[in-house]
Amino acid sequence: MRTSFTVNGTLRSLDLDPRVTLLDALREQLGLTGSKKGCDHGQCGACTVLVNGLRVNACLTLAVACDGDQVTTIEGLGAPDALHPLQRAFLTEDAFQCGYCTPGQICSAVGMLEEVAAGWPSQETQDLTGQVRLTDDEIRERMSGNICRCSAYPQIVAAIRSVAGEGV
Amino acid sequence: MNSVRDWAAPNPVTENRQGIIGKPVDRYEGPLKVTGSAPYAYEVQPPSPPAYGVMIPAAIPRGRVSRVDVTAAEAAPGVKLAWTHLNAPAQQDPPPDAPFLAPVARPALRSDRVMHFGQPVALVVADTLENAQAAAHLVEIAYETEPAEVDFAAAAPHATNPPGEPDVRMGDFETAFEAAPVRLDETWDTPIQIHCQMEPHATLAWWEDGKCVVHTSAQMVRLTQTGLANTLGIDRDDVLLRSRYVGGGFGGKGPFYEDLVLAALASRELGQPVKIAFSRQHMFHGTCHRPATSQRVRLAAGPDGRLTGMSMITVTHTDREGKFWERASNFSRSLYAAPNRLTGHRLVRLDLPMAGAMRAPGEASGMLSLECAMDELAERLGLDPLELRLRNEPDVDPETGKPFSIRQLTRCMREGAQMFGWDRRSPKPGQVRDGRWLVGMGMASAIRGNMLLPAKATFSLDVSGVVTVRQGMTDIGTGSYTVLAQIAAETVGVPLEDVRVEIGDSEFAPTPGSGGQFGAATAGSAAFAAGMNLRKAIGELGTGDPGSPLHGADPEQVTILGGVVAVGNRSERLAALIARAAPEGLTVEGEINPPSDMRDWSQHTYGAHFVEVAVDPVTGETRVRRMLGVFAAGRILNRKTARSQLTGGMIWGVSHALHDGAAVDPRYGSFVNPDLAQYMVPVQADIGELEAIMLDEADDKANPMGIKGVGELGIAGSGSAVANAIYNACGARIRDYPITPEKVMAAMMAQGL
Amino acid sequence: MRPFTYERAADAASAVKAAVEVPGARFLAGGTNLIDLMKLQIETPAHLIDVSRLPLARIEDTADGGLSIGAMATNSQVAADPRVRARYPVLVQAIVAGASPQLRNKASVAGNLLQRTRCAYFYDTTKPCNKRRPGAGCAALEGLNRNAAIFGTSEACIAAYPSDMAVALQVLDARVETLGASAQARAFALDELHRLPGETPHIETTLAAGELITAVVLPPPPEGAQLYRKARDRASFAGGLASVAVAGGRIALGAVALKPWRAARAEAALAAGAAPAEAMRAELEQARSAGRNDFKVALVERLGAATIQQTRGLA
Repeated sequence: MRTSFTVNGTLRSLDLDPRVTLLDALREQLGLTGSKKGCDHGQCGACTVLVNGLRVNACLTLAVACDGDQVTTIEGLGAPDALHPLQRAFLTEDAFQCGYCTPGQICSAVGMLEEVAAGWPSQETQDLTGQVRLTDDEIRERMSGNICRCSAYPQIVAAIRSVAGEGV
Repeated sequence: MNSVRDWAAPNPVTENRQGIIGKPVDRYEGPLKVTGSAPYAYEVQPPSPPAYGVMIPAAIPRGRVSRVDVTAAEAAPGVKLAWTHLNAPAQQDPPPDAPFLAPVARPALRSDRVMHFGQPVALVVADTLENAQAAAHLVEIAYETEPAEVDFAAAAPHATNPPGEPDVRMGDFETAFEAAPVRLDETWDTPIQIHCQMEPHATLAWWEDGKCVVHTSAQMVRLTQTGLANTLGIDRDDVLLRSRYVGGGFGGKGPFYEDLVLAALASRELGQPVKIAFSRQHMFHGTCHRPATSQRVRLAAGPDGRLTGMSMITVTHTDREGKFWERASNFSRSLYAAPNRLTGHRLVRLDLPMAGAMRAPGEASGMLSLECAMDELAERLGLDPLELRLRNEPDVDPETGKPFSIRQLTRCMREGAQMFGWDRRSPKPGQVRDGRWLVGMGMASAIRGNMLLPAKATFSLDVSGVVTVRQGMTDIGTGSYTVLAQIAAETVGVPLEDVRVEIGDSEFAPTPGSGGQFGAATAGSAAFAAGMNLRKAIGELGTGDPGSPLHGADPEQVTILGGVVAVGNRSERLAALIARAAPEGLTVEGEINPPSDMRDWSQHTYGAHFVEVAVDPVTGETRVRRMLGVFAAGRILNRKTARSQLTGGMIWGVSHALHDGAAVDPRYGSFVNPDLAQYMVPVQADIGELEAIMLDEADDKANPMGIKGVGELGIAGSGSAVANAIYNACGARIRDYPITPEKVMAAMMAQGL
Repeated sequence: MRPFTYERAADAASAVKAAVEVPGARFLAGGTNLIDLMKLQIETPAHLIDVSRLPLARIEDTADGGLSIGAMATNSQVAADPRVRARYPVLVQAIVAGASPQLRNKASVAGNLLQRTRCAYFYDTTKPCNKRRPGAGCAALEGLNRNAAIFGTSEACIAAYPSDMAVALQVLDARVETLGASAQARAFALDELHRLPGETPHIETTLAAGELITAVVLPPPPEGAQLYRKARDRASFAGGLASVAVAGGRIALGAVALKPWRAARAEAALAAGAAPAEAMRAELEQARSAGRNDFKVALVERLGAATIQQTRGLA
C-alpha cells in the first residue's frame, strides 16, 4: 500500500507490503543500511531510530503505520566528513568496537538527551517530582535498551557525558 | 627469521621514532562506523537486486527428516526456490577426521540426517524477505526422532580422556594431597555460553564470470574461502570472499555455516544475487557455542600457604562429530608453582549443536574455578588472597621448566591492589554495608597464552607517497585496521595520514585472520616484515637513482621519517622519489613464520582483576560497582583500542559470572532461552566504573615488535574476581555459574540472613 | 509474518466495528508485543486495525481527584506526566522498571495490559503449549520453569503475566474502560480483566470480540507511601523474577501469576496487625511452585516484606 513518510528531511513515498517493518524499508528499499538488524524483536536496540523525535525500535514498527511521520536515522545525523557531536564523541572515546550496535546507540543517545531535557524520569531518578540530573548512573540506565556485546559500555558513557556536559 | 634472537636488534617499531606505536589514535574505520556507512555483509549493494533466503531449522535433536513437502511453499507468492535434502545441489563431503577449523567442505542440506536441534533442513528463496519468511512457515516437515543424549550433567560421569590427551602428571599429586595440612576439593560448573555477536551471521553471494563473489561475516578469510570452494567443488581462486566489516565474532565466526554455502548455491541456481542471514533465534542452535564444563579443583598447601599439590580436571562436551572441546585446565599448568600436579580433561559427546571456540577458550571457563579455589584456600589459611598468590609465584614454568619470556603477574597484582584500595577489604565476609546493599571486594589473576602464526602482507607505495596495506585479515572490532595503519606508518616512516588499509578480501595476502588473541601479533608481524622490505626497496631505489640526492649512498644508511627519505643531510620527499624513479609505484610482500625456538620460552599475557560488588541482601541481586584490571601484554600498539579490548573482556567476565548461560531442556535437546530477551548478556546499567591499566612491557620472544594480544586477556579471571567479591560481600560461595539472584539468596538464607 | 491487510482507524467506533466484521482482525497500538509475536507466527492476524492515532492518549483529572489515562498514551508519556509522578509514584516506578526506553516510547497503556506471557515454551513454537494450541499440553509444567507462576496456576498452564505497569495499576485499584462491539461503553475493575488459566489458558481476558480498551481510570491515591520493587537477572531491560507494588496497606505482586496478583490475604493479615513477613507468608500459603521456580516463594516473601518495611520508612 502507498505510504509516505519523511526520512532525514526527504519525503519518501513507497508502495509497501504491510508486513514490511520500518527497519526493512530503510535497509532493503531505501538503501539506508545504517540502522542495524541485531535481533528483529526489540531485544537489542541496534535498530533504534527517531520517529517524530522519539527513539523507537524500527524492527517492531510497521512501515505502513509510519505514514506521515518524520523519521531520522543515523545517516540523518551526520556524515563521515561532517560528524554529529555524538558521532564525534563516540569516535574520540572509542565507544564502539565492531560498530554494529553503534548507529542504534547514537540514535538512542540523541533521543535520550531529549528525554532528559524534557524531564522524563528513569528507574535511576530518585526524586520523581524534581529535575532530572544526568549522573553517570542515569546515562547507564537510560542507555540500557542498547546492547553492546563488544561491551564498550564505559566508553559509551564517556562519549555521552562529553557531549551532555555536567549541566543537563 | 629462523630464531627469536634475530628480533633482539632495534627496529623502527621498537625505536618508535615517529611516536606512532602506542599512540591512542582513533579507529581508522571509525568515521564509517559511527555514521552507519560501513557496509556489513548483508548490506553490500549487489550488482542487481537480490533474492532473499530463509533457512528452516530442525525441530528435533537427533533423527531423520521422514517426510517433507515444499508444495505450499513453492506456490507461495514470490518464491523462487525451496530446497531440502531431496533437491539441494550436489556438494562435496569433508574428509573424515578433519580437525577443528580445518578449511574443509561443509555441505548444507546434505541428507535426511538430523544431528542437532536447529540444523538447517530446508531453504526458501523469494523475491522479498517478507515472502521468504512467510513461505518458510509453509514447508511441512515430519521427523523420525531417535533417542538423543543431550544432558551434560547426566553424561558427565561417563566422560573419558579426549583422544590423544592423557592427563599430565608431575610428582605424586594424590600422596601430596593426602598429606597436606590444608586442603581444598571443590567442583565448579559453567554453562553453555553463546557468543551473541550483535551482527547475525549473514552472507550475500552472486556469480561473476564463473566466480563466486561472497560477502560474509567471517573471522578467517582464507579458511572460509577455501572451505566454501571445497564445498562447491571449485578452485579456491574461483571464490572471491569479502569480509570487510564484521559485527562481532568472539570465535563464533571462525567456522562457517549454511548461510554461506546456501547463498552461494542459490545465487548460482537463480543467476541472481542471494542473501541469507540467520535469525537471532536460529543463531543459538544453528551456529556454535562454548560448551559447558564441570571442573574439579584440588589444592594442597602447607600452613605457610605454599602449594604442595594442585589438580584440575575438567569435564566437558562436544558434539557427535565434534573436534573442539574446552581445554579449561590448560592454563593452570603455567600459573602457580606446586611440585605435585595432576591436570587433564574428560570428554563426552552429546547430540547438541556445534561446540566451538568462544573468546579465550580454556581460560574464560577454567579460571572461573581455580581463581575462586585460591580465594577459598586463602580464607582457610587465614591469608590475604593476593598474598597467597604471591607465595606461589613460580620462577620458571611450573610444568615445563622453561623460562618465562617475561612475566609481570606479581607487578600487576601489587600495582592493582594499590590503585584499587585493596587494603580496605574486610577479610571477613558480610561486614560492609552501604545503604541496603552488602558490599565486598574480590580479586583474581589473569593469564592467557600468546601465539604467533604464519601470515603474509602486501605493501604498495604510490606516487603520492601513500602506503596501502593489503591483507586477508579481518577487523571484528579488535582494531586491526587501526593497528595495521600504525605499524605501516612507523615501519615505513610515513605519517599515519599517508597509510591506507584494505583488509577482509581473499584476493589479498593470506593471514589466519582473527582469533585466539593472535590477530594483531600475527597479521601485524607480517605487515612489519612487508614494511621493512618496503624500506629496503625505497633505500635501494633512492641510492640507485641518479636523479635523487641520495644517489650513490649506502642503502643501509637511508632513513625514512615523516615521508622524507634521507642519508645524512641529503634528503627528498618520498613522493618525489617515487614519482620520478618508480612512477608505477612499489609493491612488496612480507611474511612471518614463527621460529621453532619460540617454544623454548613459556609465553603468556598476564593481569590482575579487582572488583567491588554490591549484593542486595533481600533478593541476592549483584551489582558490579567498580572494577580495575592491570595487564602486562607486551608492547601496546594503540592505547585506546587496546584498552577497549581489555575493558570489553573484563565485562565479558562479569557476564560469565552473572549472566551468560544457555539452558538445555533435556526432553527436547534445545536451549530454552534462545533470544536476547531470555539469554542474558550485560546491559549498560550492569557495568559501573571500570578501568584497565597496561603496564610497560616488551616481549622480545614474541615477535619482532615485542607485542602480544589483548583481545582475550581481559576476560581471563575477571569473572572469578566478581564471584570472590560476592562471597566477600555476603558470604555466598556459589560454584555453579551464572551466579543468579536466587542462588545468592538461597546461600544467604542458609546463613540465616 | 502471514500476509495481512492494514487500516488506520478513523475513530474508535469504526475501529470496533471493523474488528467485529473483518475476520481475523486485531487492533494494533504500539505493536511492540504483537509484531514480535507475528514474526514468530504465534500471532497470525489477517487484518490490523491501527488504533494508535485515535484521540485516546489524553491524561485527565477526574472529578473525584483521580486520573483518567487514555489507552493510547504511551508508557513513556504516562511515566513523564507530572500528575502521575506526584500522585502515583508507584506507577512511574513500575513503568520505568519495565522494557527499554525505546519500547516504552511505543508501547501503549492498553497494549501493555494485553501483553502476552514471556513463557519460553509459549515463544518456542516447536514445543507444546496450551495457550498457542489448546489441548497440546504444557511443556513448562515439567520443564525449565524458572519464570513460571506460583499463584493461580492450573494443570494446563503455569505461565506468568509479564507486565510491570499492571502490577502498579492493580495496587492502585485501577478500572478499565472499554468500547464494545455495538459501541456500548463499560467499565470494570482491572482485577477482572485477566483470566487465570484454568482449563482454557488460550482465553486470556474477559474482553469480548472487538472490544477496545479506551482508558484506565485511577481513583484518588491511597493514604500512605507507594513503592515498586522488582528483582531480576540484570540491572535493567529484563523481565522480573518477582516484583512487588505497595501503596498504603495494599500489596500487588508481579511475575507470579497469569495476572497482576493482588495479595489480598497479605493485606488482610497486615490490617490485622501481622508483621510484614508474616503477612507475606499468609499470602504464600496458596502458592504452588513447579520446580525451577521454587525460589519465588522465598523471594516473594523477602521482597514483599522488605518493600512493606521500606514504605513504612518513607511514610
